Amino acid sequence: MDISRRELLKTSALVGGGGVLHALGFDMEPAHAASRELKISHAREYKTVCPYCAVGCGAIAYVHGSGGLNTERSVIHVEGDPDSPINGGTLCPKGAAQMQLAMNERLRKSPMLREAGSSEWREIDWDTAMDWFARRFKDSRDATFVERDERGRTVNRCEGIGWVGSATVTNEDAYLITKTMRAMGLVYVDHQARI
Amino acid sequence: MTNHWKDIKNADVVLVMGANPAENHPCGFKWALEARDEGGATVVTVDPRYTRTSAVADRHLQIRPGSDIAVLGGWIHKILSEGLYHDEYVRLHTNASFIVAEGFGFENGLFSGYDEATGSYDRSSWSYERGPDGFVRRDPTLAHPRCVFQLLRAHYSRYTPQVVAGIAGCTVEDFEAMADIVCSTGTADRVGTIMYAVGWTMHTVGAQIIRTGAILQLLLGNIGRPGGGINALRGHANVQGATDHAIVAGILPGYLRVPKPDQTSLARHLADSTPRPLVPDSVNYWGNYPRFMVSQLKAWFGDRVGPGNDFGYHYLGKPADDTTWLSMWDEAHRNRMEGLVALGFNALLAGPDVPRLIRAMSNLKWKVVIDPFLLDSAEFWNAPGVDPADVQTEVLYLPAAHWIERGGSFTNSGRWAQWKEAAIDIPEGVRSDTWILSELFWRVRELYEEEGGAWHDAVRDLQWDYVNPRAPTDEELAREINGYDRRTGRLLSSFGELRDDGTTTAGNWLYTGSFTEEGNMMARRGRSDPTGLGFHHDWAFSWPANRRVLYNRASADGDGRPWDARRAGIRWTGRAWVGDVPDYGPATPPDAAGAFIMTEEGVARLFTPHLVDGPFSEHYEPAESPVANLLHRDVPVNPCVTWYGGVAETLAQNVDGEFPYAATVYRVVEREHFVTSHVPGLVEIMPDFFVEVPEGLAAEKGIENGGRVRVWSPRGEVEGVAVVTRRIKPLTVDGRTLWTIGIPVHWGFKGITTGSMANSLTPFVGDANTRCPEFKAFAVNLERA
Repeated sequence: MDISRRELLKTSALVGGGGVLHALGFDMEPAHAASRELKISHAREYKTVCPYCAVGCGAIAYVHGSGGLNTERSVIHVEGDPDSPINGGTLCPKGAAQMQLAMNERLRKSPMLREAGSSEWREIDWDTAMDWFARRFKDSRDATFVERDERGRTVNRCEGIGWVGSATVTNEDAYLITKTMRAMGLVYVDHQARI
Repeated sequence: MTNHWKDIKNADVVLVMGANPAENHPCGFKWALEARDEGGATVVTVDPRYTRTSAVADRHLQIRPGSDIAVLGGWIHKILSEGLYHDEYVRLHTNASFIVAEGFGFENGLFSGYDEATGSYDRSSWSYERGPDGFVRRDPTLAHPRCVFQLLRAHYSRYTPQVVAGIAGCTVEDFEAMADIVCSTGTADRVGTIMYAVGWTMHTVGAQIIRTGAILQLLLGNIGRPGGGINALRGHANVQGATDHAIVAGILPGYLRVPKPDQTSLARHLADSTPRPLVPDSVNYWGNYPRFMVSQLKAWFGDRVGPGNDFGYHYLGKPADDTTWLSMWDEAHRNRMEGLVALGFNALLAGPDVPRLIRAMSNLKWKVVIDPFLLDSAEFWNAPGVDPADVQTEVLYLPAAHWIERGGSFTNSGRWAQWKEAAIDIPEGVRSDTWILSELFWRVRELYEEEGGAWHDAVRDLQWDYVNPRAPTDEELAREINGYDRRTGRLLSSFGELRDDGTTTAGNWLYTGSFTEEGNMMARRGRSDPTGLGFHHDWAFSWPANRRVLYNRASADGDGRPWDARRAGIRWTGRAWVGDVPDYGPATPPDAAGAFIMTEEGVARLFTPHLVDGPFSEHYEPAESPVANLLHRDVPVNPCVTWYGGVAETLAQNVDGEFPYAATVYRVVEREHFVTSHVPGLVEIMPDFFVEVPEGLAAEKGIENGGRVRVWSPRGEVEGVAVVTRRIKPLTVDGRTLWTIGIPVHWGFKGITTGSMANSLTPFVGDANTRCPEFKAFAVNLERA
């Protein structure tokens, strides 16, 4: 709760009047409404889908920040999407903690390389990282590509590179992974569905 | 899922078996509770553990890990021997009347055609008898001794309540009490559903367990109906979509087939992959395979391919053998794999046999891990017990954007592709999966242009006509998946428009109709539900063709009348079908063709030659079992399992003495696989690795609740907090008392808290059909730590 008890009582007093008085002697309904409004006021709603299991619960991410220059958008709250016919606004403990997955200090911000035999990582820039990746990918493809098999049949397969994942990417990326890796000739391609 | 989450509310009986949805799919499971609370349904669980789902179910049956086929077979036996099947449905919508050719048999645990040398079946004797017209002979009376119905009855006649109870370790009374509920829906006015998950798939007989469930549902007339079906509850947010789009060994998007070496031309591939109808009234929709395949090749290679070069057929790699997960790691273990890319996948903790996976990964020259978090899998060289100096593998870690920063679609278990918005920007220093993939593709292509190398025509010719070629947009990719009419540039609205002459494209025919000239169908948010059955046709897009219940033609009788008017899937008006999007021609009269349009039989298969290990299912023990196979002691384990080199030696040989306890792995609601190790609130409510130990066994071993326990198998060991429980009772099998241990999988050596890796214990052996590893039944020993 982003609001202290003192503020809550003050807000409650300000918006008081009308509604049913509860046993405590004051009406809590406007206070609940006010706290909700304060928490997500000026936030923009984005419709998302929970990233955990495959129920596909609709969720709403409330985001602060305009996205303009010198601003950084951040998620301030995630809740179940009441319009979703699947979950009707409900979320499980994991889904209810999406906010902590979205805004998480353990998320990494730089590529890193671990050399052969080393016991540590070292940060590298993206350009270096992608050159490293492409170089090894191509070299291993060249070294293990089989154009024709032992019976002379055209097989055009790369035997020495495997690709795994992922059940966590979007359909669009999943499709692009398959399209690209099959064109590269990879045959060892699999993801979490297998296990 | 044949059906979808909300549809579960329409059921009279909800059988949860091999799943624990109250724990692992809570917001989907609420529809089972809605079925009970609003519709008077009975919810039951069958599981080796008393789960959180059992806690809210009407009845629970505890069984021994790996005894599912025996239990399901027992119900099939009851249904057939007591006449509890939905007679009209079975005659109309299944292959019960099909006559099987002479030569088929089953004896002492083996079907006809078994070859001991190869450990596989010659399936030619599992075929139908043909008439002079070339079509399958049928006996509508179901009396022919070789018709499927009679063979089915004979096969499962051995699964008596006494035999089943003996195998599963339950009492005959408890088995029968559950049977009375499960077998109660074989009438037109009742319908039952099955919810299953990896508790069924993760066995050496996984595919056959699911098949047995399907046979049960067909006999009860429950497939195709609202409130029915056989429903796989899938684990990750887009495991369904990633399967549909074929990040999967052996298939291409839309369940097309990866070509084989002996399919030396497109024509041969199409001939092998396109089934022919087995009866005159079969729609045989896979007969359209050439249209789907050619349209996919055109989506991938565009103008570069056409009839002159077999539409780029040879641009696709043709694997020599199986290329699934276990085979991939076996290749690495044998030092035959140079590099591996793991994107969004904690491949180390996923197992099985983590110590073996560490050895396999250490044989790689290089490994790339792409993920928002720094995973255990990226630091396998730093795992407990590993000296980094011994691991020569170079490892690159790339930080990827995650779901909240990305648009695009996820497809849920119910086949609903739902579009999501990017809520925040991708942070500085992070890149999207799309960007990483595009950048890799371009840099590899440029290296080939600069320096040449192995054959790379397919890399050169891959169509990549995105506005910004280094960063395709989600919408561009979604439109490519949907497909176009190349002559007009119009987005297609149905896969019925696809052609095999190169004039159409479809990256994945199952998703044709998901992004049309009318817009992005996956982003729809209409809530209307005119039937009240929960189809919600205006919400998102459900493949195929926005159909909400698969095989829905079978929800109606021979005249097109719904079996149950209160829960009508589709209904024939005399001119058209109304209700759900029909799984049938919209104006095809009900008697024109069989209901199951995807089979060459035109009806559902009680008997099938399509699985490698039997046309019917059979109970085989897990690869590591504490008991003999009571049905056939000479054939204890699935005879078609593939044994990778050196694996047999890592199985518990002396189960009685050294490894006397059955173990099974599972998940808890507070965690999801491994990523939640990085989420503080979830770690706080479920901090520590634990082992669930039955009360009596704990007493025997001096293990106290909250104390420490050590568990080991021939592969590895774990140690953690003992949760002494009454939720797993001792079972009596073959006159012996057997104990089952439960072990959650969520921990590793990276994360806010760390703990033992459960998959250090699990065996490197998988299902005969799918090679899904046997995580759910293996042998261990344990002691107080």
